[in-house]
Amino acid sequence: MSTRLAKGGRLIDRSAATEFTFNGRRMRGYQGDTLASALLANDQMLVGRSFKYHRPRGIVAAGPEEPNALVNLGSGARLEPNQRATMTELFDGLEAASQNHWPSLEYDVGVINNTLARFLPGGFYYKTFIHPRAFWKHVFEPVIRQSAGLGKAPKDRDADRYEQAYAHCDVLVIGGGIAGLEAALQAAKAKKRVILLEQTPHWGGRAPVDHGTDVGPLVAQLSAMDNVTMRLRTTGAGVYDHGYVLADERIADHTPGDGRPRQRLWRIRAGQIIAATGAIERPLSFAGNDIPGVMLASAVRDYVVNYATSPGDRTVIVTNNDDAYRTALALHAAGLHVAAVLDVRAAVTGDLPAQVRAAGIRVEAGRAIAKVKGSKRVTGVQVCLQAGEGAVLEEIACDAVAMSGGWSPVVHLYSHCGGKLMWDVGCAMFRPDPAKPPVNHDGSAMVACVGAANGDGIGAGEAPMEAAWVTPQGAGIKLRTKMWLDYQNDVKVSDVQLAAREGYESVEHTKRYTTLGMATDQGKLSNINGLAVLSQALNEDIPQVGTTTFRPPYTPVTLGALAGEARGDIFQPLRRTPMHDAHEAAGAYFEPVGLWRRPYTFPREGESHADSVAREVINTRTNVGLLDASTLGKIIVKGPDAGRFLDMLYTGVMSTLPVGKCRYGLMCNEQGFLSDDGVVARISEDTFLCHTTSGGADRIHGWMEDWLQCEWWDWQVYTANVTEQYAQVAVVGPKARQLLETLGGMDVSRETLPFMQWADGTLGGFPVRVYRISFSGELSYEIAVPASHGAAFWAACMAAGESLGVMPYGTEALHVMRAEKGFIMIGDETDGTVIPQDLGLSWAISKKKEDYLGKRGQMRNHLASPDRWRLVGLETLDGSVIPDGSYAVAPGTNANGQRNTEGRVTSTYYSPTLKRGIAMGLIHKGPERMGETVEFNTVTGGTVKARIVDPVFYDKEGAQQNV
Amino acid sequence: MLTLECPYCGVMAEETELSPGYEAHLKRFGPGSSDAEFEAYMFARKNPKGVHFERWRHAYGCGKWFLAARCTATLEVFGTYPAQVSAPPPEIIAKIKARRPGWEFK
Repeated sequence: MSTRLAKGGRLIDRSAATEFTFNGRRMRGYQGDTLASALLANDQMLVGRSFKYHRPRGIVAAGPEEPNALVNLGSGARLEPNQRATMTELFDGLEAASQNHWPSLEYDVGVINNTLARFLPGGFYYKTFIHPRAFWKHVFEPVIRQSAGLGKAPKDRDADRYEQAYAHCDVLVIGGGIAGLEAALQAAKAKKRVILLEQTPHWGGRAPVDHGTDVGPLVAQLSAMDNVTMRLRTTGAGVYDHGYVLADERIADHTPGDGRPRQRLWRIRAGQIIAATGAIERPLSFAGNDIPGVMLASAVRDYVVNYATSPGDRTVIVTNNDDAYRTALALHAAGLHVAAVLDVRAAVTGDLPAQVRAAGIRVEAGRAIAKVKGSKRVTGVQVCLQAGEGAVLEEIACDAVAMSGGWSPVVHLYSHCGGKLMWDVGCAMFRPDPAKPPVNHDGSAMVACVGAANGDGIGAGEAPMEAAWVTPQGAGIKLRTKMWLDYQNDVKVSDVQLAAREGYESVEHTKRYTTLGMATDQGKLSNINGLAVLSQALNEDIPQVGTTTFRPPYTPVTLGALAGEARGDIFQPLRRTPMHDAHEAAGAYFEPVGLWRRPYTFPREGESHADSVAREVINTRTNVGLLDASTLGKIIVKGPDAGRFLDMLYTGVMSTLPVGKCRYGLMCNEQGFLSDDGVVARISEDTFLCHTTSGGADRIHGWMEDWLQCEWWDWQVYTANVTEQYAQVAVVGPKARQLLETLGGMDVSRETLPFMQWADGTLGGFPVRVYRISFSGELSYEIAVPASHGAAFWAACMAAGESLGVMPYGTEALHVMRAEKGFIMIGDETDGTVIPQDLGLSWAISKKKEDYLGKRGQMRNHLASPDRWRLVGLETLDGSVIPDGSYAVAPGTNANGQRNTEGRVTSTYYSPTLKRGIAMGLIHKGPERMGETVEFNTVTGGTVKARIVDPVFYDKEGAQQNV
Repeated sequence: MLTLECPYCGVMAEETELSPGYEAHLKRFGPGSSDAEFEAYMFARKNPKGVHFERWRHAYGCGKWFLAARCTATLEVFGTYPAQVSAPPPEIIAKIKARRPGWEFK
């Protein structure tokens, strides 16, 4: 059994006892423990169940490579699944629960999968859940969903806050082991700005355990330097282009609820990155290597030296290298019994083995483990010859097995941006190829690995290791089906061999077929062993088979840290018009329009949105309504060539527009598709004001600059996006003029300010520019005031209109009224595949101009064809509203067996004015089919019949707006 | 997350400050061009693995469009320059040739 030793423990504070619970059971540890070391100290060998077979699993490692000890941490609003016990610092009151079992960790029904394992081979899902097709939806998918995934997703809103910070440095050193500390010192002495990160709460890495190194003086020296920033508990998670690094700092994971942010995500831009990320020990593949009590040899000595935690009184060590003998010495020094060291190498000659032998410990060369005995914990091992097939020579009773298959440099950060690896035969490992690093913006090497991450020091001064990918080498299928490669995903040696037999020759395919190295493991433990087994099965060399691609993050980063402060009210920046507060006070219901928030409608007490929209429409058509049109894009285009420029941008002619007048214009992209529309006003001989859609202002401004800067750079034109400089109010309805006259200050009569003209002046004392344009079909003035006057001007209009029955109206009433008039809306009638000609807008396209953006595109035969879907009005025969997004169905089916279509609805509303459903839509050869009936599908099934009519439903002559 | 130097304001701008355009040094074909010419201009854009010229706008900075010569495989940037040219400047060409022997501008 595992237990706490009476003495020692480099990292624990025995004076600070700490209580925690595991699956509801109260346990005790010390400050400085990890959850893993504390669990072991409480003899909790069994910590979880495996993903597929629900096999009992125990702690394997002591670092971030831990595949098994994933727990649900915390509860309620602080519940987080899949937390690695080995990286979780113990604190008083910590609550942890194991995962992936039912009803309990000890008795798990899912373990039946283990018995059925021979029916659940690699690729099981792909092979089994294909036929019969009908079973997928109702049988396979619900069952798979039920059993899929590790851990439980939290249901409550996260109680913690997270922050993000930026940092810049010349040299970023990731990894605070001895190699990282020394690299940081070297860079600091060269006067570089240095940031040094370490994922654990301690500096020094493996050196204190493996070599007894005291890194205190080195840390003190670095701490004293002004140009060095050092951060513990901070994982360099990912390396991205041009020296960009994401690092996750766990600030308050071990002090939850103390008011500090839980985690801080660092966005670091580094001139050079030094990865001092060390190496990870590999397991050996032998039958039963997943039984609780089988651990990495380095982890065993970590627990003994750092936490005074013994994994068992009697340990068997199995190894293919000298390094594991350090574990024998550490156990021996702690007064524990090492039953034997089984070394797969035929001859054992190194210094470390000599020390172990001198300590009186039994060392057996050429031996391997045939099988580990035990189920929920190790009870012994069967010893065999490595050279043989697994005939049992003897059984050794033990309660822990320490295994070492050699070391793999942690090259993730080198690989994230494409650094290449090379195979080191001597140490059987991939190490960074210094000739093929990931490069920075200037072509220099962006990442360099130092220390064990570069393969340096691995096996140095020791007898050569021997790559033994399967032990014993001649193991039959019965043993190979119990040799685990990937503990987390339950991938065995036999699965990878099966994949190879079935033709999965690429390591990337094998990974996906078998799930080797997926999920949080990302190949930390399993990668090299898995691809070695694959290469043996394929009879190829390991470098030919290659590795899977390492992708960020190195260890999982919680979504909260990635989101940072961007949640709730500050999820994204909001754009508010100058009148926003007034709308809020009036009870507006807002809708998002890009980053803007616009009033959708202004419902009154007891009104539904449909009621209030109808009221707003009727009131605007009979009295007067106010619309906040401030979000409308406003771009000044100025200069001697401004007219010429706009003639290229718009399909119509703008250069002939007289000063003081307005003209509606369409903009297309070079392919010919309609992109934006709006009214252009000529302010002076060389100045135009172009209105764009609310969502299009920034895009169109960028588009203008694109052509001016990159194509017609000799044209003398300036543009300025003044959208937010003006507040704009549309005063709309038969009594609009009366309202403005009440405000007083300028002549807004039909004679002085006719339709499609504009004038500067004052209204109610406000400096205004009044455009007589209409998007509703009513008498309408759009009045621009400097943004700072917007709120006051809105209030003045509301006051002046009170006796006239003025009401504000929102975007939905705007939409209904424009649809009643057959006006198109960018984004409704257009979707990037529609040309103006489809929409009956040929009148706004110049026939005379030689060129405009989109003209050549519109000449392409498909766009010039008469055989297109074109805009018409649609009137349901029963007066109902056609559902949004409906298609007009045509007889027959297409090649995919789907119903043929002959058009679709683009805008559909209930018209309060006409008291019936109206719609616009694109119908095959629509304008040629006036009076015909077409059928639209509905959400509930069945169809609704509609007659093809003119798209202008209301005031076809335009009498209402031209008064 | 690239960094590109804006040739107008001299800032080493990070990608979040920039918006991407498309291929640089295009010759526009309008009305009067053949279908083949228009197709080549509009649709047959280059997307090489290696040296590429592209347009970027310092959208959240000075607002200017500029051009960048960049290796799409390694992300090495050979240089950035103002957009008002119809071919890459000689010093950019020279720099690319120094870094990629045998490369020729097409």
